[in-house]
Amino acid sequence: MTTHAVPPTPTQAVRVAPHIRRFTPASIVGVSVALVLAIVMAVLPYYVPIGSTRQLTDLFVYIILATAWNLLAGFGGMVSIGQQAYVGLGAYGIVTLVGILGLNQLLAIPLVAVACAIIAIPISYLVFRLVGGYFAVGTWVIAEIFRLVTIRFPELGAGSGFSIPPMAGVDRDMRIAIGYWAALAVAVIVVVAVVLLVRSRLGLALTAVRDEPVAAATSGVNVVTARRLVFVIAAAAAGAAGAIVAISALNVQPTAVYSVQWTAFMIFMVVIGGVGSIEGPIIGAVLFWILRELLADYGEVYLIGLGLLGVVMVLVAPGGIWGLLTGRRRVNLFPIGYRLDRRTLAG
Amino acid sequence: MQIVSAIIQGVLLGGLYALFAAGLSFMFGVMRLVNLAHGALAVLAAYGTLLLVQAGFVSPLLAMLVIVPAMAALGYVLQRFVLQRTLSESPLPSLLVTFGIAIIIANLLLVTQSANQRRLSLGALDTASIAIGDIRIGVFPILVLAFAVLALGGLSLVMRRTQFGRLVRAVSDDAPTVSLMGANPRHIYAIAAAIAFGLVAVAGVANGVQAGFNPSSGDMLLIYAFEAVIIGGLGSLWGTLLGSMILGVVQTLAATFDATLFQLAGHVVFLIFLIFLPNGLIQRRVRQ
Amino acid sequence: MLEIDDIDVYYGQLPAMRDVSMRLDDGGILAVIGANGAGKSTLLKAIAGQVPLASGRILLDGKDVSRVPAFKRARLGIALVPEGRRLFKSLTVEENLLTARASKRSGPWTLDAIYERFPLVAERRHRRAGDLSGGEQQATSIARALISNPSVLLLDEVSLGLAPAIIAQIYASIPLIREQGTSILLVEQDVQQATRASHDVHCLLQGRTSLAGRDLDLADITRAYFGA
Repeated sequence: MTTHAVPPTPTQAVRVAPHIRRFTPASIVGVSVALVLAIVMAVLPYYVPIGSTRQLTDLFVYIILATAWNLLAGFGGMVSIGQQAYVGLGAYGIVTLVGILGLNQLLAIPLVAVACAIIAIPISYLVFRLVGGYFAVGTWVIAEIFRLVTIRFPELGAGSGFSIPPMAGVDRDMRIAIGYWAALAVAVIVVVAVVLLVRSRLGLALTAVRDEPVAAATSGVNVVTARRLVFVIAAAAAGAAGAIVAISALNVQPTAVYSVQWTAFMIFMVVIGGVGSIEGPIIGAVLFWILRELLADYGEVYLIGLGLLGVVMVLVAPGGIWGLLTGRRRVNLFPIGYRLDRRTLAG
Repeated sequence: MQIVSAIIQGVLLGGLYALFAAGLSFMFGVMRLVNLAHGALAVLAAYGTLLLVQAGFVSPLLAMLVIVPAMAALGYVLQRFVLQRTLSESPLPSLLVTFGIAIIIANLLLVTQSANQRRLSLGALDTASIAIGDIRIGVFPILVLAFAVLALGGLSLVMRRTQFGRLVRAVSDDAPTVSLMGANPRHIYAIAAAIAFGLVAVAGVANGVQAGFNPSSGDMLLIYAFEAVIIGGLGSLWGTLLGSMILGVVQTLAATFDATLFQLAGHVVFLIFLIFLPNGLIQRRVRQ
Repeated sequence: MLEIDDIDVYYGQLPAMRDVSMRLDDGGILAVIGANGAGKSTLLKAIAGQVPLASGRILLDGKDVSRVPAFKRARLGIALVPEGRRLFKSLTVEENLLTARASKRSGPWTLDAIYERFPLVAERRHRRAGDLSGGEQQATSIARALISNPSVLLLDEVSLGLAPAIIAQIYASIPLIREQGTSILLVEQDVQQATRASHDVHCLLQGRTSLAGRDLDLADITRAYFGA
């Protein structure tokens, strides 16, 4: 490293502080590409068959779920196998707001997300009493409680489910397109939110907590608050995903929306794509989506294959596909890192 | 009277839960590993027994003579060659791998067997009951409870009195130093896993007789085992028995009022314990 | 006989020991001295098998044990009393001693023999190891190593953190141990203590041998210790 640090002479009164750059060349490219992609995706429904639009909506839901689960596990260090609690809650939030109260579907999505976030706060106080594997199963118990309580309400359809009336005044194709755009919007918001979060001081604190919790705590990082915030945000995202699922499918079954299979999907996407990075879950979601479309006819067999792949990945390539692609270098396609601008080190 | 009967049923159900919970809490105690495949493994044992019975084994008890050692061997191999590699500071890898294994097992069963509810039968023993006053109590549940108490007692004895037990306790204190003593920690972990897997196999077969099973039964079994351990207190084998009984009683009592409250009541009681007694009933000093 | 043949040990990319050689004869005693970070503990860990060799060999009675895992080396007769004692805190003293039976070696050091020669340990036998004082822990740790009836006993800074009276007691037991046929390689920071215990001294400085020999002059040792 060659820096020319010139010690201040008596005549130099002011020294320029080193400038920290947040954008690297890779992240400038990454953000630009992401912007272009978002625009392309936004206009896509006009150019592709409606069936594809419907399928892509699923992809966005997967991206939301994977990104949120990665926030929880990869950055927050919390392995939850109960995120389906909020997927189900989100779906039934739509059932309540849209199905029963007649609220507009698009308006309901953010409301549902906020409601899930609020509910997640007291839940966090409960589950944070557990750690590690016991925390994981605890979150699953919470999901089961949500499910069991939900089906006690005949107003919500009890065990047989609820059918949501489709948006009035809109034909089927437009309805699907609207669902698509809603999903795209939420996916973009979630990814951007996670990038901003990781980029912020909180994100730095989280990385510290993940790598070395004791040192982080003694450095003044409020570990619990940081984790709670992550927990709540992940719940909101899962709730939004559940809301989109309900709006797209128009039929909500308790065993489906509260199913632990959602967690299985989230784990596979993140593990195979790459835990702890922002790019990884997105890669995992795309891969999962493709596999799902291709192997839909083969039923549970693809889940076995996915399970095997996931297990092998954890053992052999813990950084997932993104880890394999980037090797030892830390490549960030999103501006989340800190870089010292060398030119400003000179006196 | 119905209440008394329900309580007794619940206590007996606790025996079954204790059998499940024992393996889970043992593995955690020894190597800090929460095996999320625990429930799936129980179901695997049940299906294995079913297949053997269909292939000609006269009784599930006979089939167990094959299944339990086979599961124990599976436990040894899985621990030694797969799970061992996930043991580290972070619980993430072991949770992900055991969860993956659970998914693989459940779907493998779904693909090769039907999704139908199955049941193992011990002939007359299934429904045999004894009468105490007005109350009828199933013989099989009594046997299961008795076995659970024996198993827990046996495990406790092994841990306190045998060289193996000493080494297991030593390895959870300080694994590298156990190497210096001349024992291979990996081998010890693997034997502990074999024991846990053997226990869960027995539990799986018992459940197969008592309640029946299908490929996804593992989920609830894992949750019940976990709740029993938390209610009873981490690190105490007898606490696990107590916690199991409390869970069983709560579930059964609730079901006498409303059959659909069975699961929810258990979860709620678990929550209550989590809020007010997070260390469980028998508060042992849990090693960090 | 223990032969250390030109060994290198790395911690990651950092060299902890380079080109170190020494020899310990049957029933012999060798003191390895050096400042903190000189590589002394690393040497013992390498002999015990807890850290791998980057190059060189370790031979026990002519047999190359460089690749033998730690638990097997214990069964071959190499016993390490580790830095920090490393007792099993939740086990009692007696249980700690009994774990060493995993080495499957027989010899003069039975449980009774230990209790007879180490009354301090005998008195505490049913106490939880985590509740013992420093000196009691050290005695127990040594006793635990002896249960395996080792041919080579490695002592890693046994005097660390102990009162002089206790240190004296511990060093007094060394001739006892050698009597039964065990050779001793001890690591010490305290030069005086080392030279009192052993005529043969090996000095390490930053991972390399700076001086080795018999009945060396104190001035020479001090120079080699600090690298003057």
